[in-house]
Amino acid sequence: MPKLSYLKALNRALGDELARDEAVFVLGEDVRAAATNVTAGLHRRFGPDRVLDTPISEQGFAGFATGAALAGRRPVVEFQIPALLFLAFEQIANQAHKFSLMTGGQARVPVTYLVPNSGSREGWAVQHADHPYSLFAHVGVKTAVPATPTDAYGLLAAAIRDDDPVVVFAPAGALGLREDVDFATLAPVPLGSARIHRRGADVTVVAIGHLVQDALATADELAAGDYGDGALPGPVSVEVFDPRTLYPFDWAALAASLERTGRLVVFDDSNRACGIGAEILATAAEGMRLIAPPRRVTRPDGAVLPFARGLDLAMQPNREQLRRAIRQVVGHAPLVQTRPAAQEAVL
Amino acid sequence: MTDPAGLYRVTRLIRRFEERAIELVRAGIIPGGIHPYLGQEAVAAGVCAALRADDLVTSTHRGHGHVLAKGADPPRMLAELAGRATGFNRGRGGSMHAADFSRGILGADAIVGAAAPIAAGAAWAARQAGSDRVAVAFFGDGAVNQGVVLEAFNLAALWSVPVVYVCENNGFATTTRTEAAVAGSITARAAAFGIPASTVDGMDAEAVFAAAAEAVARARSGQGPSLLECLTYRFDAHHTFEHILRPRYRTDEEVALGRSRDPVEIQGARIPAASRAEIDARIETLLDEAVRFARESPHPDPATAADFLYAEGLRPRAGAL
Repeated sequence: MPKLSYLKALNRALGDELARDEAVFVLGEDVRAAATNVTAGLHRRFGPDRVLDTPISEQGFAGFATGAALAGRRPVVEFQIPALLFLAFEQIANQAHKFSLMTGGQARVPVTYLVPNSGSREGWAVQHADHPYSLFAHVGVKTAVPATPTDAYGLLAAAIRDDDPVVVFAPAGALGLREDVDFATLAPVPLGSARIHRRGADVTVVAIGHLVQDALATADELAAGDYGDGALPGPVSVEVFDPRTLYPFDWAALAASLERTGRLVVFDDSNRACGIGAEILATAAEGMRLIAPPRRVTRPDGAVLPFARGLDLAMQPNREQLRRAIRQVVGHAPLVQTRPAAQEAVL
Repeated sequence: MTDPAGLYRVTRLIRRFEERAIELVRAGIIPGGIHPYLGQEAVAAGVCAALRADDLVTSTHRGHGHVLAKGADPPRMLAELAGRATGFNRGRGGSMHAADFSRGILGADAIVGAAAPIAAGAAWAARQAGSDRVAVAFFGDGAVNQGVVLEAFNLAALWSVPVVYVCENNGFATTTRTEAAVAGSITARAAAFGIPASTVDGMDAEAVFAAAAEAVARARSGQGPSLLECLTYRFDAHHTFEHILRPRYRTDEEVALGRSRDPVEIQGARIPAASRAEIDARIETLLDEAVRFARESPHPDPATAADFLYAEGLRPRAGAL
């Protein structure tokens, strides 16, 4: 089976959607030369009217995309650096996102914001190392964080076809992934549908974006009873749950997973306070089955990632922290919990 | 072609609409107040007279004049101001966002300057679709120091977008005088991007129409964006909260002087008294009906508060279990 890289999956999704629907166009900084490689070959294939190089003018071209969307187009805006979303935040959170409600449904704004290289990249740090997906989920902008090449293709295609604004974060830590893929099976992935990468019985690890691979590796180790520190309470069966989109979130799938495991750890590259991990824990605590106090492994509160590699890594959630959290959750004496009589209706 | 009676009708409609709306603010029918367009009627009337029905407009927090001049139905407009289910936005937008998309109005935007790139994007998309539609972005003098407006000028000029930027310089950004906020000049900002810019008497609907017609023709024929600075004067409050708070940032004498050149009177003097009286009477009838419609329209059902948050399907979780 052919290999598909994460980066090529994004490129392929863009090419397929541009070919499928003339309303789709791509704009952003250096998209013609494909500085991020995501748009490679698209300018040659689709021409300057479909692949627009913009000046460095994030607020301006984000608003431009909204206007084009109001006039019937489906723009895909590429931001090379995650922090550029902060410059365009007003145009996304306060304009594009609010048009539908504030016009009483008269307007739709089908814009996709694509952020390759989100999160930390070695040697970039500080103002190039943010991972602000929780910010957009908090505001209520549809937010996808694909973890695999197949999902990168499927979620980007779904975002482009969606009638609302959608931000797609492609974590730098996942861009190098390659996967055996039958290209004929590539298809849009519905927003709001989680994916269970590995079934398990003892604990649900909700892992986001590039952390899914770390969670899977950790699950392998723990299945073999290897905690990496000599302490060996026996094998642990970890369920790796990838929400794929943080807004909407597939709460029903999470509830079903916790019915099986009753234990929860969230592995999330957000800042701790008000990150999506906090929301997942709160929602689980309010209405899902938990037999041990849940944990989350995140960046620190209000994290700013320093430059020196050791400092940068010290700010990011890692496998060691995940192993420790799983051990705490699994080692906890089961709580006697009355199951909620009726599961909260969660969508 | 200049249509003196048509221009008068629109200036008068806006004037009386705003006066009736202020009454409804005082009566508690319109919650929160409005940003009255009083004094600036000639700008909306003149610019929109130069547009076709299928042309596009972005409006502002002081947007009633633009929306009415683009042909929106006054009863549904007033119902929106009153937050009723029959309003254009089904009561979701209110005064600052009231807009009828079926008239080519791409929303009224309450963030100063934020619609400048939106208008450019819409105009670009219209041209790409093969049409010769033009977009107009209205904004005030307060917007010309917003980076996003200058970014939009750059994009529109670079890509020769068929958009006309109309700056209504009413002398004040809320309470701050234009000269205390704007270094250089407004037209020079456009000139820096190679955008043709002119300044026109914004109290004279026919002068505005003539200048707008030229700018719109330029855009329609593929010659790119223009900026029109319309010198006008806000007769009333920045917002009706001033009627209570009474901030002192201009003297009564200055206001009286500003009001002495009244755009409705200027245009009214150009048509026969008899036709003027007939237009006035028709507007009163229309607005009586609009007020009745707004007052009698139902309030939206609170159970529908989250409707329209997303295009389709998605419902947010409730805020309480």
